[in-house]
Amino acid sequence: MVRSSKTRKLAKALKSPKAAFSLAVIALLLLAAAFAPLIAPFDPNRQDLMLAMTPPQLAGPHFLGTDHVGRDMMSRIIYGSRVSLLIAVAVVLFSGVVGVTLGVVSGYYGGRVDSIVQKFLEVVWAFPPLLLAISIVAFLGQGLGILIVALASQRWIPYCRLARAEALSLREREFVSAARSLGAGDARILRTHILPNLIQSALIVATFAMATAIIAESSLSFLGLGVPATTPTWGGMLSDARAYISTSWWMALFPGLCIFCTVLAINLLGDVLRTHLDPRLNRA
Amino acid sequence: MLGYTLRRVAGTIPVLFMVSLLIFALVQFAPGDPVDMLVSDEATEEVRLAIRSAWGLDQPVYVQYLTFLKNAVMGDFGQSFRYREPVMQLILERLPASLELAIYSTLLAVAIGLPLGVWAASRPNSLVDTVGSIGGFFGISLPNFWLGILLILLFAGTFNLLPSGGRETWGLNVERVTGFLTIDAIIAGRWDALWDALRHLALPVVVLGTNMTGIIMQITRASVLENLQEDYVMTARAKGMSGRVVLWRHAFRNALIAVITIIGLEFGTLISGAIIVETVFAWPGIGYLLLQGISFRDFPLITGLVLVYTTLFVLINLAIDMIYTIVDPRIRMG
Repeated sequence: MVRSSKTRKLAKALKSPKAAFSLAVIALLLLAAAFAPLIAPFDPNRQDLMLAMTPPQLAGPHFLGTDHVGRDMMSRIIYGSRVSLLIAVAVVLFSGVVGVTLGVVSGYYGGRVDSIVQKFLEVVWAFPPLLLAISIVAFLGQGLGILIVALASQRWIPYCRLARAEALSLREREFVSAARSLGAGDARILRTHILPNLIQSALIVATFAMATAIIAESSLSFLGLGVPATTPTWGGMLSDARAYISTSWWMALFPGLCIFCTVLAINLLGDVLRTHLDPRLNRA
Repeated sequence: MLGYTLRRVAGTIPVLFMVSLLIFALVQFAPGDPVDMLVSDEATEEVRLAIRSAWGLDQPVYVQYLTFLKNAVMGDFGQSFRYREPVMQLILERLPASLELAIYSTLLAVAIGLPLGVWAASRPNSLVDTVGSIGGFFGISLPNFWLGILLILLFAGTFNLLPSGGRETWGLNVERVTGFLTIDAIIAGRWDALWDALRHLALPVVVLGTNMTGIIMQITRASVLENLQEDYVMTARAKGMSGRVVLWRHAFRNALIAVITIIGLEFGTLISGAIIVETVFAWPGIGYLLLQGISFRDFPLITGLVLVYTTLFVLINLAIDMIYTIVDPRIRMG
């Protein structure tokens, strides 16, 4: 009963203009990423120096213009959405699994395990954001796997704190003691009683983590520390645009606009979810 | 209070120690031989061995770490591979440029975000509040390197009003005292140099401050609103205090704690933002130095910079904690 009224409330919240905008942008992005080869008018890496730096053409074929080596901007942006989404989703999932696992174990078992995890967390948290990611890429080299680890290196912490607090408070609750006295093992208690209680809050953390992951990935690509330069990325396109800023504004405008709209949409969605799923915030 | 302060300062030492260990481990896992970065490809095996022992690379790993740690504590991060100068000296030369940028950006963010947040909270759901809240979301969603490029395009390109990068026009020759160009210009009484420094600061400061302005605004609004619903505010109103006095003397003062926390937390974002903004504007600070170090695989330089950044970050957070206990004595008790 409770669940269905909650679902209805959420469904209503998702119809607000704020949520409608963000869901539309996210849907568009998912479509672009999934069907990139079908939608993109050109091969994103095909160079044609004769066409270099063509301004946007309203009548096509290069709707958003071309870059300094004549590659079609629109096709590169469409393919770029794949990298941004793939990395952001991978980073959020990876840090979520690591953070929730460490947090639940830390809070549920307590004692020495807890103090080791908390010490580790404190050390990783001591780095300014992005600096640890930059150091990991700088020392270990560039590649998709290293990039995902680098971007997740601090993002697991909010999940860990949340999961630990939740596990600590649930550990002593009656239904957990009851389950234990009925002979349920730790694994069963964690799976059926503690994890389900975490999902909503973890979802909110994940939404905001996704927004920062997209900005961080494009920042690293912009600095030349992202995925190898042969893959089109929004950040990498902006990095190319810097040298041609005075002559080709479109090279800088469109990829940045994509990052901005994507991040804005995800942040707005996170805000809607937070307002409607987190009862602690509803009092205000 | 003194005991509390000392305990907190002592608490940062093991953290910084572990940070140094983590960075050292990363360097050890780095692919390739550091000697390759020091000698030419044609170097003989003898030369390579000589270099190896000169840089202490032939020692066991734990000896290398202890030497590194001992030197780092003394502020010696060794020689830069590329510049062949002490890393610490390179950092100190460029630190004022970064600090100047960070300080002006923070001031700008506080000067705009704080009043806007209070204003929005005093009229919840009004037009000001709605516009402010949308602006706040824009602020946190704008990638700063894109904003930087767009502002360069507009103000340095199209309108040709401001310089597109760098920190000063070459040849002004103002005597360096503090390393902060605006202050040095005032000391020397050189108004042309002050104007020049401010013109160079304008775009990077706006770019670096935007994100923080949005966040300060949102936090100020939320915490002032929360305080306005407390019982003591009702009491103050019942006593006949005006809305303005209640807002500023009661709700705002109590909301300040949350705002101070966020300024401290955002300092970290400011550091990482500065690395990007310095790169966009070719600002000769330590962020730009870090990127140059990375492109030359200058490991001593990168290590030194990461340690300096992290130490600064830890110390700022410590300072923020200390400020709390002055603003809100309940924290010290708890």
